[in-house]
Amino acid sequence: MIISIASGKGGTGKTTVATNLAVSLDSKVQILDCDVEEPNAHLFIRPHMEETRTITTPVPEVDMEKCNLCGKCGEICQFRAIVVIGETVLPFVEMCHSCGGCMEVCPEKAITETTRELGRIERGHRNGLEFVHGKLRIGEAMSPPLIKSVRQYTRPDVLTIIDAPPGTSCPVIASMKGADFVLLVTEPTPFGLHDLKLAIGAVRILGIPCGLVINRSDIGDDRVLDYAKKESVPVLMEIPFDRKIAEAYSRGDMIVEVMPEWQEKFVQLYQDIERIAG
Amino acid sequence: MKEIVIISGKGGTGKTSIISAFASLAKSKVLCDADVDAADLHLIMAPEVKERHDFDSGNTAIINPDKCTECGLCRDLCRWDVISEDFVVDKMDCEGCGVCYYFCPEKAIEFPINTCGEWFISDTRFGPMAHASLGIAEENSGKLVSLIRKEGRELAEKKNLDLLLTDGPPGVGCPVIASLGGASAVLIVAEPTVSGKHDMERVTELAEFFKVPAMLCVNKFDINPDMGKAIEAFAKEKNVRVMGRVPFDPAFTHAMVEGKTIVEFDEQGQGSQAVKAIWEDLSKSLEN
Repeated sequence: MIISIASGKGGTGKTTVATNLAVSLDSKVQILDCDVEEPNAHLFIRPHMEETRTITTPVPEVDMEKCNLCGKCGEICQFRAIVVIGETVLPFVEMCHSCGGCMEVCPEKAITETTRELGRIERGHRNGLEFVHGKLRIGEAMSPPLIKSVRQYTRPDVLTIIDAPPGTSCPVIASMKGADFVLLVTEPTPFGLHDLKLAIGAVRILGIPCGLVINRSDIGDDRVLDYAKKESVPVLMEIPFDRKIAEAYSRGDMIVEVMPEWQEKFVQLYQDIERIAG
Repeated sequence: MKEIVIISGKGGTGKTSIISAFASLAKSKVLCDADVDAADLHLIMAPEVKERHDFDSGNTAIINPDKCTECGLCRDLCRWDVISEDFVVDKMDCEGCGVCYYFCPEKAIEFPINTCGEWFISDTRFGPMAHASLGIAEENSGKLVSLIRKEGRELAEKKNLDLLLTDGPPGVGCPVIASLGGASAVLIVAEPTVSGKHDMERVTELAEFFKVPAMLCVNKFDINPDMGKAIEAFAKEKNVRVMGRVPFDPAFTHAMVEGKTIVEFDEQGQGSQAVKAIWEDLSKSLEN
């Protein structure tokens, strides 16, 4: 089973829920941190890293000896990543989406491919828990291809927990698509509610069953609860604001490490998800 | 014209609460919400929309089954494998590269432009505002960020205002990169946690990479003062100016629930006072 943990709004507690859930279960679990722009799960899981890989994407390189400046490459490129300027062809590799169109269209076969680094993937373990995350290279704009590379580590025989990025656009879709269940983490504030509505919209487009965790459940108002009820989204867990939890989090400690009684609640959360996801 | 962009790396550190407070304090400015993916500033600003525009960007391939001879060339060329065996394009996964459209020998593929969001020019009780909403599950958020900042800038010029206050997106990827180009400075709002520090370091590197001057304030400082100090020390090392500390103050949440800025809600409170001090310093540094 694949559970993707998402939120819409940032900072609501996705990583808290993902990491606590992962370490609370007896079954075989892997955690894939797909928030490749700002991955944080490793700060709590503290895995022993065993492997690092650099992930690249193909980008064009032009052999000016062969190029006849016909301009077809610039014409096919939708991303303005290659242009003929005067007597030369300039590939803007940072803009390239790696479609291969310029190489395909070039009548002189003057274009070959080199690579651009997207980021790195690190893989490790903590006891029996497998840990994988991606780290987007600073300056790199495109996160979805790196997220897809992280998701290639999905193993069908274990429970996969995905820590998704905030928002509702392409990186979030790349982190939720194909999941069996999306667990949405929100807070009971106007911002939390507004972004939750967007996130539920995205989950519905993908047609994945979902449930809700309300974090800092006593800091705001009841509008999130009312909305969840109206939309028939089950509230599977509420975590009240507790300065002890906030301070533990600030140090990189998980809730179940400072308050072991929470382990049972995370086990219950997983059982509820299993029941709903079937 | 000056533009301050508020970014954070990590989400939920308080960008929107702090820029809302600045909106209460700053004179002659335009507000701009560049967090188009999950825009929240309007929940405090309650904008009265004056102009509404579609945001058209990016194309998607559609195969016309009447013309398609199922030769399979498009499937061979597509690097995202989004064309099914029965020649239907998965709209959500289509990258919009147009390679299939270009090469189809039967001209059976259409490639229409997508409407992937809306953008608005509005009035608020604090002045004009440019904002947007990206459609759910849509792409091209970076382009919408660039567009909304450009519109904000033009709005300021038209109204003779000399400051653009821009609420930025979380992360370090495409929308954040689009929010940095041409900014006078960024204010990084960090929180004193291991995640907050990690993410602040990455977004500081990003500002450095694009050569945009950066400033820092640590929000909820007293949650972990040692971590807060470690973040400030990192900032100093990177020549990021430390503007001040904001205490953990539940009034921020209470203000948000009432749709107010913290300055409107609790002007004498410690949160308000801290943000005020930061704004005074920041606005002075903008004059230089």
